[in-house]
Order: sequence, then C-alpha cells, then structure tokens
Amino acid sequence: MTVLIPHVALYILLTPLLLLVAGCSTAPKLQGDTIEEAFFTPEQILGGGVTEIEDEEISDPFEGFNRTMYRFNYYFDKYVFLPAVIGYMKITPDAAQDGIHNFFRNIQDITTLFNSILQLNPEKTLNTTTRLLVNTTIGLLGFIDIANDVPRKDEDFGQTLGYWGVGSGPYLVLPVLGPSSVRDGIGQGVDWYVGYDQPKQRLTNMEAWQETTLDIVRAIDLRAHVRFLYYETNSPFEYEMVRMLWTTKRKLDIKR
Amino acid sequence: MIRSLGLLLIVCSWVAAAWAATESYGYPFDDPFVATVVGTPEADRARFDVDVPTKRDSLTIFKDRKVPDFLFYEAKLRYSYALQKKAAPLVFLIAGTGGSYTGGHISAQAKAFYAAGFHVVSLSSPTVPNFIVAASKTSVTGHAVHDAEDLYHVMELIQTKLLKKTEITDYFVTGYSLGGFNAAFVSLVDEQRKVFNFRRVLLINPPVSLYNSMSLLDRMLENIPGGVDNFDAYYNGIVSSFGKVYVRAKRLDLSDDFLYQVYSALHPENEQLAALIGLTFRFSSAHMVFASDLMTDYGYVKPKNLHFTRNTDPGVYRDVVFRLGFTDYFHDYFYPYYKNLDPEIDRHQIVEAMSLTRIEDYLRNADNIYVMHNRNDLILEPGEIDFFPRVFGKRAKIYPTGGHLGNMEYKENVEYMVNVFKSAVTGREL
Repeated sequence: MTVLIPHVALYILLTPLLLLVAGCSTAPKLQGDTIEEAFFTPEQILGGGVTEIEDEEISDPFEGFNRTMYRFNYYFDKYVFLPAVIGYMKITPDAAQDGIHNFFRNIQDITTLFNSILQLNPEKTLNTTTRLLVNTTIGLLGFIDIANDVPRKDEDFGQTLGYWGVGSGPYLVLPVLGPSSVRDGIGQGVDWYVGYDQPKQRLTNMEAWQETTLDIVRAIDLRAHVRFLYYETNSPFEYEMVRMLWTTKRKLDIKR
Repeated sequence: MIRSLGLLLIVCSWVAAAWAATESYGYPFDDPFVATVVGTPEADRARFDVDVPTKRDSLTIFKDRKVPDFLFYEAKLRYSYALQKKAAPLVFLIAGTGGSYTGGHISAQAKAFYAAGFHVVSLSSPTVPNFIVAASKTSVTGHAVHDAEDLYHVMELIQTKLLKKTEITDYFVTGYSLGGFNAAFVSLVDEQRKVFNFRRVLLINPPVSLYNSMSLLDRMLENIPGGVDNFDAYYNGIVSSFGKVYVRAKRLDLSDDFLYQVYSALHPENEQLAALIGLTFRFSSAHMVFASDLMTDYGYVKPKNLHFTRNTDPGVYRDVVFRLGFTDYFHDYFYPYYKNLDPEIDRHQIVEAMSLTRIEDYLRNADNIYVMHNRNDLILEPGEIDFFPRVFGKRAKIYPTGGHLGNMEYKENVEYMVNVFKSAVTGREL
C-alpha cells in the first residue's frame, strides 16, 4: 500500500489527463450516418423528452475513465489479488488469519479515532480510544480483539468531509481500490497518510522489506474481507449498479 | 435386555415417525406472497454441519463464438462443483430464471446434496447473460428444447472434465422454477442421447406452461402503486431501498436473497409484495433480453448499427429493457426469431410447445422423474397445479403452502428433496 496510495493520489491529480490518454468514450459507435430504428425505440417506450431515469443525482463525468478502471480492477482482481488471497488463506492457519485481521482492524481504529475527533463525536471517540488502548496492550498489539464488546464503526476522512457538508464530487473508480469519489479518494489518501503511514514511520523502525511485507499483507487481508466478485452479479448493468450502491452506501455511512 | 431396549427404541421411533407424518405441515407462512418473498426464516431452515469444498471453474463452450465487446467478461461459461473424496453419484443443479450458479437457493441445494454424499455441479439458468453469451447456441433463450440441448452439451463437457478428477457412480439432475422445467427437457434429451442415464430427475416448482407463467409474472408489475406508468418512481424507490439493504448485506445477489433482504428491511404492505416479485423477475428479463439482443444484433432495443464498446454507457437502452416484459420478448423477438428459422411454426404452436403438457406422455411413463410443488404457487394459473398429481401420480409431492419456492429451504422440504435421490442409491423407499 505504501506504493499504491501515493499512486492513487497521483491518479486523482492526473485524472483529466488520463481521460484524454485513455480516450474512453462512453458513447456507442455508430456505423453509418443515422441510427437505425430498433423494434422498440426509447421514444416509444419511455415517451417524449427521453432522459435517463436512473442515477440522476449521481455525477459521473469521468465515466469513460471509470469504466476502463473498473475493467482494470477486474483483471487485477482475477490475476493478482484473488490468487494472492487464495494462497494466503492456504498457507495461513485460520486462527492466524483472524489475529492478523484483528491487528489491521486495530490499526484502522487510528483512522477512526482521528476522524471521530474531527467529527466532534464524543461517543465514537471514547469507544475508539477504549478499543485502541485495550486492544493494543492487553490484546497484544491488536491481535486479540479483547474490546470486541465496545461498538466499532469505521470512520474515514471522506465521511468527515461529508459530515461537515462537503459533497461527494464526481464518482471515481480508483485503481485496485475500486469505487470512490473525488472527495472520498482524497479522504483515502489522508487516512492512509495520517492513520497508517505516519504511525508506521514514527512508531516503528522497520527495514524497507519489512514495510513492504506489512503493506502487502494488509492489502491481502483487506481484499479477503470484501465479499465481492467482479462481473458475478448477473447484470449487464453491473457498473451502474455498483455505482448506485456505492453512492447510496456512502450517503448512509455519513449519516450513521 | 439390551436387545429389547433396542427394539423398544425402534418401535418408539416408528410411532414418532407416524405421528410426525400426520402432523400438519409446519412451514410458517400461509400467504403465498409473503412465502415467495420472505422464503424460509433462518430457524426453520435445514442445517448441515459441513464445509462444502466448492470450486469455481469456467469452460469455453463454442470455440468460434463471437463475444460482444460490451460483454467481454462473459466469454466462458462459469459454474461450480464440489467433489466427494471418493467415488460418488453426481447431482447436476440447474438454477431458476435469472439465477446464477452462485445464488442462494442453488447453494443451499448444493450443500444439502453434498452433505448427503453426492458430488454436485451448479449451473446457471440458460436465461442469465453468461449462459446466453457463452453457452446458448442461438442466444435466444427460453426455448424448452434448445435450452435443454444447450444444458446437455454443457453437462457433457463438465462430465469429461470431472471424470479426470474423480469417479462418478450415477447421475441425477434437478432444478427449481424454470430450472425444473429445464430438467424435464434435459431428461428427455438424455432419453435419446443416453450419456447420463439419469437415475432420478427432480423438478421443483416448475411452470406447466412457460407462457402462462411469464404472463403472470409480467402482470405482477401492474401492482405498482399508481400503475405501470409509475414504474420509474417505484423503481427508483426500490433501487434506493435496495442500496440501504445492501449496506447491511453480506453479499450481492440479485435473484434470491435480494427479495428477502428488501422485505426484512422495509416490511412492505402485502399488496406491494406482488409488485416486488414482479420487479425481481423484471430484473431477470431485462438482463436476459439485453444480453440476447447484443449477441444476435436482432435490433430489439439496441439499434443494429450501434456498436457497444467495452466502455459504452447503455443509457436509455437500459431504461427501455426495464420497461419491457417476458411477453414482449416472446412476441416481438423470440417468436419472430424462431419463425425465421422455421417458417412452418405459428405463434400458438410455439406457446404449446413450451410446456410440460407437450411432453405429458413422456412424463407420465418416466418413473424416474419426481416433482415437488406447492398448491399456492404464484407462477401457476388456477388449476394448473392439478397437472402434477394427474401426470406424476405418487411421484408428485404437493405441499399446501410455500408460494413460489418459499419453502424450498424449509427443513422438511430439503429432507424430502435429498431423499428423492438418496433413496434411489440406497434402495430404500422414499
């Protein structure tokens, strides 16, 4: 992830350029001068003044880039991520997997903590502080989730921005990380820096290869706990479906 | 002493079994709409304490197939299987309309059969885009005979692959809803081809006449508050509800659990349930029609001279397919398409041909074909349920309630389902 996240930030900056480079038009290609009539035409079925019904409140000006990235993620998932996850699951005992997952969730709590503070939410701040203190000490650096009775809810900088009224901005599919938005993409960068990279640099004294190993295991653990497979929804409209679901989910997350 | 104790135990269990048999059916929902939407509550489901070693795989079915750019990821047919460690009989499972090999019902079936000692292979319905693109010869799906031949072909290819990994002692096939209908016609193909010689075939909640059932399902959308003209508002409402449900859901599944999750979250009024059922089937038909239209370039909703690239936003064409039903597909695409291939057929004939009544004599005499159905299944016209006891006799098990597939995961149903196949292996009575 050390390698990945700065790239993500870079991508966000370079998005307009990438759009040009990728040349990803979302219009169908017309052969000839005029569109032939299909048996059922949009005018006939949807009535006059045809407009798109769905997703009207979802802004997706980078759709061409996003669709390309969505496809890239599918291939990355299929040929890199999933084989790595499967291999990891094979060689790691279940108990160790759980411990490792707890360990990274404990680190994630750092992100939740600073965002709970930024959202001026005393309850979440208190809960997260308790979890962090107990799990890091008695829970042996988080490997055991001793404080699992204390309610846990991920907070991130995107949600914090949303909490303070910042709109999501256009929908954005990030390489490897998947669905996001301009706001949340920036948030992901901030969270990575404040909640992961800085603590790692300041609190530990690791060699480069150790850091890389940690980052890779973290990425694998993350993927192993997302129950989603690209293009397995049975829908030719999966891109739109995921976009709608993701956008709705983020709106609800901010409210929670 | 020990002997007589044993005897006593056996007598006791007989008495208990007899008592249980006379007890009324315990599935909790009498209302067919609630049953269809809610299914079986967790507590009443069959439980199996096994880890199913499910493997996903994919196959190229036709070497020279041209796959539309927009559906590039559907080039190979995906399926899953789980093998026992030793030689065992194999069950092919066929999913219902719009259902894939990963769906809720089919996974529950796979688990039950695997726990009972069968190898299992899970197949998507011929109506899902993956099958239409990768495995359907015409790509115009919903044809009783063609779909059965396509399925049979797929099953043969999978068999060849699996025989390299394990030993298979016997073959079985089952399907639910349209998958049950498919299974009957697959069995008929096997009658001639004799590759599998299915020991037993089980049809679960199949339609009698495809056309009747499709029409019923299309009409369910008329229950939308304010009528079909309000489709957009209703759809948007459901879509955002779906999103809310998804936030709490563990996985993304459009066919089976979708309804249950939406219901649990919203507790809609009873009359809205019909619209909901109609809507899930509308999802299935929209996906099917769109994939098929892209494959054949028939010009049903997508203009023939518009080429959809891998990046194309389907835009208004997506909205159009969501407004069209199975019956539109049948009259304005399916029928003309097959009429073009065989000018002899007429509309009435093809409606008749897409039904179990068409193969009634075969079904009556095939003593290896069994049926499980519900008296209040919503996909049957009034009176159609009587077809099953009349034709299958004792091989038809009709439950008083359950709606469409609502009781499929109910423990008593699962036990019966497994026993239909198991009894053929053990030689015990069903």
